[in-house]
Amino acid sequence: MKKISLVQMKANQRGKIFEIASGSALVARLMSMGIYKGREITKLSHFALRGPVTLKVGRTVMALGHGMASKIIVEIE
Amino acid sequence: MIKKIYLVGNPNVGKSVVFSRLTGVQVISSNYPGTTVEISRGYLRVGVERLEVIDLPGAYSLEPATKAEAIVAEILEKERRDEIVVINIVDATNLERNLFLTLQLIEEGFPVVVCLNMCDDTEHRGIHIDIEKLGRHLGVAVIATCALTGAGIKALIEKVKEIKPSERSQRSHSQRWEEIGKIIEEVQQLTHRHHTLREILEDASLRPISGLAISAVIIYAAFKTVRFLGEGLINNVCDPIFFKLYQPFLEKISSVLGQAGFLHHLLIGELINGKIDFRQSMGVLTTAPYIEFAMVLPYLFSFYFVLSLLEDIGYLPRLAMLLDNLLHSLGLHGYAIIPVLLGFGCNVPGILSTRVLESKRERFIASTIISIGVPCVPLQAMIFGLLGAFGGFYVAGVYLVLFSLILVLGIVLNRTLKGYSPEFLMEIPPYRFPPFFILIKKLYIRIKAFLVEAVPVVLLGILLINVFMYLRWFDLLINIFAPVIQGLFGLPKEAVVALGVGFLRKDVAVGMLGPLNLSAKQLFIAATLLAVSFPCIATFVILLKELGLKSLVNATLIMVSVALLVGTVLNFAIVR
Repeated sequence: MKKISLVQMKANQRGKIFEIASGSALVARLMSMGIYKGREITKLSHFALRGPVTLKVGRTVMALGHGMASKIIVEIE
Repeated sequence: MIKKIYLVGNPNVGKSVVFSRLTGVQVISSNYPGTTVEISRGYLRVGVERLEVIDLPGAYSLEPATKAEAIVAEILEKERRDEIVVINIVDATNLERNLFLTLQLIEEGFPVVVCLNMCDDTEHRGIHIDIEKLGRHLGVAVIATCALTGAGIKALIEKVKEIKPSERSQRSHSQRWEEIGKIIEEVQQLTHRHHTLREILEDASLRPISGLAISAVIIYAAFKTVRFLGEGLINNVCDPIFFKLYQPFLEKISSVLGQAGFLHHLLIGELINGKIDFRQSMGVLTTAPYIEFAMVLPYLFSFYFVLSLLEDIGYLPRLAMLLDNLLHSLGLHGYAIIPVLLGFGCNVPGILSTRVLESKRERFIASTIISIGVPCVPLQAMIFGLLGAFGGFYVAGVYLVLFSLILVLGIVLNRTLKGYSPEFLMEIPPYRFPPFFILIKKLYIRIKAFLVEAVPVVLLGILLINVFMYLRWFDLLINIFAPVIQGLFGLPKEAVVALGVGFLRKDVAVGMLGPLNLSAKQLFIAATLLAVSFPCIATFVILLKELGLKSLVNATLIMVSVALLVGTVLNFAIVR
C-alpha cells in the first residue's frame, strides 16, 4: 500500500481516498459530490501545466483543479 | 394545506425539463450543470387547486458550499414543512451520488416525492433499479420518469396529491454515505457491457491530446456550420423575399408619398440613385426590417442552432476543462467559457450566467470581459454584412483586436484586483443525444425572445432617430463630440450618432454607418469601437442588477478608457 496524491496517480489507476488534506469547507463540498475518505476512485486523465485532473467516482466523472487534486491523498496497491 | 411545489435536485438532472412538463412554461434546459441560474415559477393544476411550482438551481447538498446552494437552502428553510411538496429529481443513471441530497431532504422532514428521471437512459447503460425497493428503503414515493418525452409525469402529479411529511432524523455525512452504500447494494444492479462508441468518445474528449484534437474539429465545424447556415438563409431565403417581393411593394408606397417629405423620410428614408436601398435608406419600413430579419435573424438562427446542439450533447463542460489553464491567467477558471459562449449570442444571458462562478471577483472580471470583448450575434452579423464587403481580412481584424483585448484586460484585472481565483470543480456529464424536437423548442424560445425584445426597440429606435435627424436635433451633439470622433478616431463627425445609437442597439448602430460611405479603415475602426465601448442598454441594466452600482461604474470607466485608447491607436497605427 502506497499513499500518493491524486496528481501523482497515473491515468486509469484505481485507488481509495485516504485523506483530504484541506479545510472543512472543501471537504464538505467534495463530500456532497461523493468524494470522501474511504471512497474508491479511478483517475482518468490529467492536463499538462498544472491543468485539471479528471476522475471517476461511481458512475460520475468529475473534473477538479490541480490544487484541489494535490490535496486528495489516495491509497493505491 | 399544500401551496407550493419545489423542484430540488443535483445539477444537470433535468429539473428544468420536469418544470416545463409540469407547468407548460418554456424554460431553457441543457446538458451541463448550472443551466438554471434564475428561479422560474409556474403553476400546476391539481384537481381544483392551482399550485405554484418553483424550479430551483441545482444543489448537491442543503449545507451550502456554492452560491446556488445557498439560495436553495435559504428558500427551503423559510417554508413551513406542511405547506410544500419537494419533488426531488434524481438522475437514474447516477443514483448513488444523487441520494446524498435525497437523504438530507428526508432527514430535514420535507414531504418528498422522488422523481427518478432519465429512466429511458438506464437500460442501455446496463443499470437496473428496483423502484419499489428504493421507495421502501427511503420511506417515500419513487416515480420513474423520462421528462424529455413526458413519460411518468402524470403518475408524479398523482403522488403529489397524497404526500405526507417525512419524519425528521439526523445522520452525519459519513453515516449518510454508509446508508447510501447499503441502499445501492440492495436496489441497483449493474450488468457489464462492452464499451459503446459514445463512451469511447466521452473518454477521448477527456484526455489531453485527443481532447484537444476533438475540440479543434468541433470548433471548426461549429464555425463553418454557423457561416454556412447563416449565409445560406440570407442568400436563398431572406434576400429573395426582400428584393423580389417586398421591394416592389415599397417602391409603390414611395411613389405614392411623392419620393420626399417628412413621412417618406420616416418610412422609406433616403432614395439611393432613385431607388430604395435596404442597407442605406434608413427608413422604418426599409432598413429597419432588413437589418433585423435579413441580416441579424439568419445568423441568430444559425448561431443558436449550433450552440443549442453543443449544449444538449454535453460538450461544453469538456471544452471548459481544456480551457482551464488559459482562463486561470485571466483570473477565471474553465467554466467561465460558458458565460462567454452565451455572451456571443447576446451579452444579457451571458452576464446572467456568470452566476455559475463562485466569487464576486470572478463575476466582475467575466462580466467586464463579456461586455467589452464579446460581440453579440446582432453586432457580429452586421459586421460580417458591412465590413465583410471589404474582405474577410477586416472582419478577422476586428476579432483579433477583441481577442487581444480580452487577454490583456483579463491579465491586468487578475493582477490588480484583490483576491484569487477559485479552482475548477465540476461534474462532467455524459454525452446525450436528445430528440430533435427538444432542440427546436429551445431554438424557438431563444428566437422568440429576440423577436419580442429586439424588433420593437429597433423599429421605434429608427423611427425616433429619423424624426430627430429630420429636425436636425443631433447637430449639437455631433459638434460637441466632433473633436474626439474626427481628431482621435479619424471618423466623419456624423458617425457620432451611430456610435451613440450603439447604446440602444448595436445592430442598428452598425447599420447607421452604412450611409456614411466610410472607407474600409474607418468602418473597421467604427465597428471595433461599437464592440468595445458601452454595452447596449439591456446589458447595462443586467450589469447594474448583477454587479451593483459601484462595480458598474468601475466597469464603465474601464470600457470608456479602453474604447478611447483602442480607437485612437487603431486610427494612428493603420496607414491606409
